Amino acid sequence: MTRRYRFSAAHRLDNPALSAEQNRAVYGKCNNAYGHGHDYAFEISVAGEVDASTGRLLPPGVLDAIVRGEVLSCLDASNLNDLPDFAGAPPTTENLAGAIERRLAAKWPGTWPRVCRIRIEETRRNHFELRR
Amino acid sequence: MLITRRVEFAASHSCWNPEFAPEQNRALYGEAGPHGHGHNFVVEVTIEGEPEPDTGMVFDLGRLKEILNQQIVAPMDHRFLNREVPPFDRVVPTPENIAIEIWKRVRPHIGDGVRLHAVRVYETEDYYVDCFGGAG
Repeated sequence: MTRRYRFSAAHRLDNPALSAEQNRAVYGKCNNAYGHGHDYAFEISVAGEVDASTGRLLPPGVLDAIVRGEVLSCLDASNLNDLPDFAGAPPTTENLAGAIERRLAAKWPGTWPRVCRIRIEETRRNHFELRR
Repeated sequence: MLITRRVEFAASHSCWNPEFAPEQNRALYGEAGPHGHGHNFVVEVTIEGEPEPDTGMVFDLGRLKEILNQQIVAPMDHRFLNREVPPFDRVVPTPENIAIEIWKRVRPHIGDGVRLHAVRVYETEDYYVDCFGGAG
C-alpha cells in the first residue's frame, strides 16, 4: 500500500569539508550561497498481509497521522539545512530519504506492516528510491 | 521484461464492515455511513515474460486490453461495488481487496509462457496498492 505526500522546503548543498571550488564542482547550482527550494513529493509504501476483517493493510489515515506528525510538520516550509537531521550531512535528496526513514522508524509500532519503499521526487525529472 | 496496460473505471463503494459497530467503522474507514461515495479507479496490470522471437511481443496488448475490459471495466464501471459486484457484497471493497479480486479475475486468462506480475489499483493519485499474488 502506497501513500503520496508533498512538502516544500529550502536547501543549499554545501559540504564544509570541501573548498568553495570543490563544492561548486560537486553540487553545481545547488551550491548557490543563498539556497533555493523545491516542491518535494514522496511516497511511503508498506508491505504485508491484508487484514481479513478490515480489508486493510494499514488504514491510510493512520499512516497519514504518523507522516504528518514525524515528517511533514518538521519539513514542510522549512530550511532543511537548519534541521538536526542534516547537521553532519548535506540535505541531498538521498540524505532526505534516509532522514524520512529514520524519523518514521523512531515511532513505527512493531505491529504495523513494514516500510518496504520510500520514493522521493525533488523535481519531476529526478527521484530517489530506498527499498527495504 | 515487464509490460503494463492501464484501464480506468468509475465506481462507487462503501468501506463499511457490517460486523463492526458504526463508531468502529467511522474510525477505521473515515466514512460517515454505509451509503457510498465514488472514485475514478485506475488499474495497471503488469505481465512478466520475454519477447517471442517471431512476434517481438511479450503478450498481445490487444488481447490484454480485451481481458481487462471483460474482467474489470465491463463488470465494475459505473457500478456500486458493494451492491452490484460480487464478492463485494461480503468483502469490504478497499483498494487492497479490489486488487486481490482483479488478480483472481485476470490470472486465469494469462496463458503459459508469461506470468501475471502485479495488479496496481489507484483509488486516488495519492493512494494506491500493489498486489503481487499469493495471499496479498
